[in-house]
Amino acid sequence: MRLRSLRVRHAKERIFQGAFLAGIAVALGSLAFFLADILAEAWPALRPEILVSFPSFQDPTRAGIAPAIVGSLWLVGMTLLFSLPLGVAAGIYLEEYARRSRLARLLQAGVANLAGVPSVVFGLLGLMLFVRGLDLGPVVLAGALTLTMLVFPYVVITTQEAIRAVPASLRDGSLALGATHWQTVRRQVIPAAAPGLLTAAILAASRAMGETAPLIVIGAVVFMKFLPYGPDSPFIALPVQIYAWTGLPQDEWRSLAAAAIVVFLGILLSVNLGAILLRGKLQRRW
Amino acid sequence: MELEAGTWEGIGKLEPIAARDAQPLSFGAAAVESKHLSIFYGRKPAVQDLSLRIPRHRVTAIIGPSGCGKSTFLRAIDRMNDTIPGCRTVGILEVEGEDVYAPDVDPVLLRRKVGLIFQKPNPFPKSIFGNIAFGVQLHYRPSREELGEVVEAALRQAQLWDEVADRLEENALGLSGGQQQRLCIARALAIQPEILLMDEPCSALDPIATAKIETLIAELKQQMTIVLVTHNMQQAARVADFTAFMYLGRLIEYGPTAQIFERPRAELTENYITGRFG
Repeated sequence: MRLRSLRVRHAKERIFQGAFLAGIAVALGSLAFFLADILAEAWPALRPEILVSFPSFQDPTRAGIAPAIVGSLWLVGMTLLFSLPLGVAAGIYLEEYARRSRLARLLQAGVANLAGVPSVVFGLLGLMLFVRGLDLGPVVLAGALTLTMLVFPYVVITTQEAIRAVPASLRDGSLALGATHWQTVRRQVIPAAAPGLLTAAILAASRAMGETAPLIVIGAVVFMKFLPYGPDSPFIALPVQIYAWTGLPQDEWRSLAAAAIVVFLGILLSVNLGAILLRGKLQRRW
Repeated sequence: MELEAGTWEGIGKLEPIAARDAQPLSFGAAAVESKHLSIFYGRKPAVQDLSLRIPRHRVTAIIGPSGCGKSTFLRAIDRMNDTIPGCRTVGILEVEGEDVYAPDVDPVLLRRKVGLIFQKPNPFPKSIFGNIAFGVQLHYRPSREELGEVVEAALRQAQLWDEVADRLEENALGLSGGQQQRLCIARALAIQPEILLMDEPCSALDPIATAKIETLIAELKQQMTIVLVTHNMQQAARVADFTAFMYLGRLIEYGPTAQIFERPRAELTENYITGRFG
């Protein structure tokens, strides 16, 4: 048999390692470029006061994003409140109870398709169901329910993946001791899957925080002189605010929008970082 | 996988000794008794027409090459095969005289009476104490004192107490493989099973850890029936009172361990225990 050239084998090693590195470099490089660009744009408007002042369409030097921040937090918080229990429950049902049935496969396909529906469509659905149907009006609750529909499939799918990653030996060990299915799910599977469930929460929060189109459709406002006060409050959200300002012609508004983007990214990063740290604490090894 | 004449060539002639005999041994009441038991994965038979009586308070070993159906049979006894989709059981399997596959049998109750130890130690990712408390709390609402007593008793019974007494709150995954397996045994003992099934419990362990488990098995048979699946023939010879040899889903021979190893009646058994195949 002819020997493979060792030199060629090592060369391939280097080439492919380089190719993979190039992949991550392009991704992170464009992110860095984007961040630098935004920061430069935002610099003139990036003052602490924007965090506590209210929006305006007259004076960009006085305008702020306080209602938008509070509105976004309300939306994300309530969306998690609805979507996590619902999505985790659905994921557990599909993975643990309905596993191989025809119904399960049908539901599974439904969930997967739901994940591909454009967010504007959810906005229209939310407008019809919650704003008009339940007659909630364009309030935080209607926005959160709409976003819940939107993030629900992601929570379900992430939950399923987390549950599937729990080793069978753990489940068998529990069942062999005479645990019921529910005792096994509750005491072994869910705790073992907890880090994955936090991933579901991170994904849901990020999605909910960044969505713009459905909120505009259901009637988020772009100008507010008070802070959103509760589920029945009219609301404004950060991405909606950013969208509104970028539409204005003067540079000062664009700068303000960029500053809002920086704040938005800051909130997103700190929420995710918190969740990742928590996940690290929960992580177990087998 | 219906047996064909050719399958046996070079291995030994099929001499139906115990397999055709519903009463291979005479002893008192059986702890486990199977009558013409067959188990299928889909359409593929894993166990075929198995009739076997396993005596109380003895160690019965089931030996045979990989894929002979010994683990499948073992897992049938506490109905753990229920968790495998497409697994079908026909025939009769009785534990302490009760048909395990009767419609009114609750597997949860059965598994309390019949413990199962797995091939690979599978402690829960929690404390040593928590591992044992888990099983107890599935079935009881013990007070803190009661729970402490039960945990200590189980660890003593599994001959692990001296090694872990001062670190009960540490994660069980920090224990050595042998200690983990004894913890799993302690976990099973804590709910006081009448029968303990062990599925190649030492195959992932070193010889010293194996010796400890074997000592433990000898100790435990005073109080319960033990069924031991092993592919280690020396282990069967050392710890088992009775030994069953299975091949291709069938019981080939069953009898007192000494007889199986010293005077096997089936050529197939002899060829297996002398290492000519397997």
